[in-house]
Amino acid sequence: MKIAVCIKRVPVMEVKFSIAAGGTRVDETGLKYDVNDFDLWAVEAALQLKEKAGAGEVVVVTVGSESAQEQIRKTLAMGADRAVLLKADSIPADGLAVSRALAAELKDGGFDLILMGRIAIDSSNQMTGPMVAELLDLPCVTNVSKLDIAGGKGTAHRTLEGATEVVEFPLPAVLTIDEGLNKERLPSLKGIMAAKKKTMDVKPAQFGESRVTITKMELPPERAAGRILGDSAAAVPELIRLLQTEAKVL
Amino acid sequence: MANILVFAESRAGELRKVALEAVTGARKLADLSGGGNVHVVLAGAAGIAAKAETLAQHGADSVLVLEHAGFAQYNPEALAATLAEKLKGGAYRYAVFTASAQGRDLSPRVAAKLGVGLVADVTAFSLDGETIVAEHPVNTGKVIATMALTGSPSIISIRPSAYQPEINAKPLATEAITSSVDPMASRVKVIELKQGNTGKLDLGDAPVIIAGGRGLKAPENFKLVEDLAEAFGNAAVGATRAVTDEGWRPHSDQIGQTGRNVSPNLYIAVGISGAIQHLAGMRTSRTIVAINKDKDAPIFKVADYGIVGDAFEIVPALTEAVKKAKA
Repeated sequence: MKIAVCIKRVPVMEVKFSIAAGGTRVDETGLKYDVNDFDLWAVEAALQLKEKAGAGEVVVVTVGSESAQEQIRKTLAMGADRAVLLKADSIPADGLAVSRALAAELKDGGFDLILMGRIAIDSSNQMTGPMVAELLDLPCVTNVSKLDIAGGKGTAHRTLEGATEVVEFPLPAVLTIDEGLNKERLPSLKGIMAAKKKTMDVKPAQFGESRVTITKMELPPERAAGRILGDSAAAVPELIRLLQTEAKVL
Repeated sequence: MANILVFAESRAGELRKVALEAVTGARKLADLSGGGNVHVVLAGAAGIAAKAETLAQHGADSVLVLEHAGFAQYNPEALAATLAEKLKGGAYRYAVFTASAQGRDLSPRVAAKLGVGLVADVTAFSLDGETIVAEHPVNTGKVIATMALTGSPSIISIRPSAYQPEINAKPLATEAITSSVDPMASRVKVIELKQGNTGKLDLGDAPVIIAGGRGLKAPENFKLVEDLAEAFGNAAVGATRAVTDEGWRPHSDQIGQTGRNVSPNLYIAVGISGAIQHLAGMRTSRTIVAINKDKDAPIFKVADYGIVGDAFEIVPALTEAVKKAKA
């Protein structure tokens, strides 16, 4: 079982962001970074599938700057076999451009599966999986929360709003992983040591034309501070009154 | 003047509310462009054509009906091929999808087939000449990116609830279309649709959401939240990640960064501290009420109204008061 996993380096979100001079990007000063959550679950899924098959290779691919090496090392420490960094000073806002770079690298890799997270929590495009699949003419299932692979075929549960689809597909295929499929393993000390010796190829990302540009980044308007109505059920009548007369939602 | 192609999402033969939102959004886009026709693709098994009337009422100039047994379930490959074929000829300047699970699966396939730009999860848009300028929340909603989308056709997917359905009645006009590939030959096959919470409102459709957090202490205490939802009558029940991770509620109930994004008219957070992860999924709600015993809980920073106290005392009282108000 040969599996590629596309990952992304994303900022840790537990901060108050600010906008850099020029107004078209987030100020990166002081930000911490990690592997996108959903991509960690994709790595975990790949490792489990390889372990179950008893043989194979898990190759991590990312589009990003040199700084993404730290996140790549984390996935190698989890157990991925090798990695490819498609280097770019900045990642285009056009998801199709990013997908082209990934597809060009994955095209002749002979992968049985290409996995990635459902969404990158920073750019939130949620389009790379289906786009890579189209560019490679592969079947694609998104939002996978349950997965069985056997005999060159797969069955997946696809999460919808308030429902689940059971989907069958042949391999090779592209899958995007949702929360709930697994919990990622922590890198062991042995894994961290081994990761230092694993191969990481660095090559330039080939994006092609980009049709989407960010013209402005801004912080959403702050919600005005609310009112504390009380500390017990005695505040309920006032709450009801405000919901009826002020918020007009009751 | 620009013609627009819209994909109307349905599930199990029923239109979803987001389909009407997409038609409403497309109508606005057509108006911004100085008029133009809104054509809506409606796909399903035999009988789906009956839903065309609702689409016309919301502003569809023409409904392109794709009826075939192969579309009884979501059929991404045949739909993407058919939509790309329709968009290829230059008849449409824009295409509009909804940023639901289905729309976010389908629209990137179409954009990639055509080699055109897509801006996903759009909360607001305008036109600068023919260029779509769209707002798209990034970094879990803590930053808003404005994106310009050039080339034709330009494709957007509109965030659920960003544009509420509006009546804009057009005379019903339908046209039967056929799939551009054999819909039975798709490699990806949906073999079953498991409907969760049958008969209950989905979090994305409910005007009121009552959400519970770890402050409820045990899964059985979600009864309090469910009773309050029932008192409203038009409410759905949501939960935090802490709660779904504990298995107290199914993962599909999770609101937040890794779960659902919701924007109801009224959001009542019960026993929820307001972690970043949770706020990311509900901060755009119109009115937020928080009930929590910790006065320093971050949820009070986004709440319009707060009660600092014991949810086990306050929520039953609120349920009774809502019942009276609704009576």
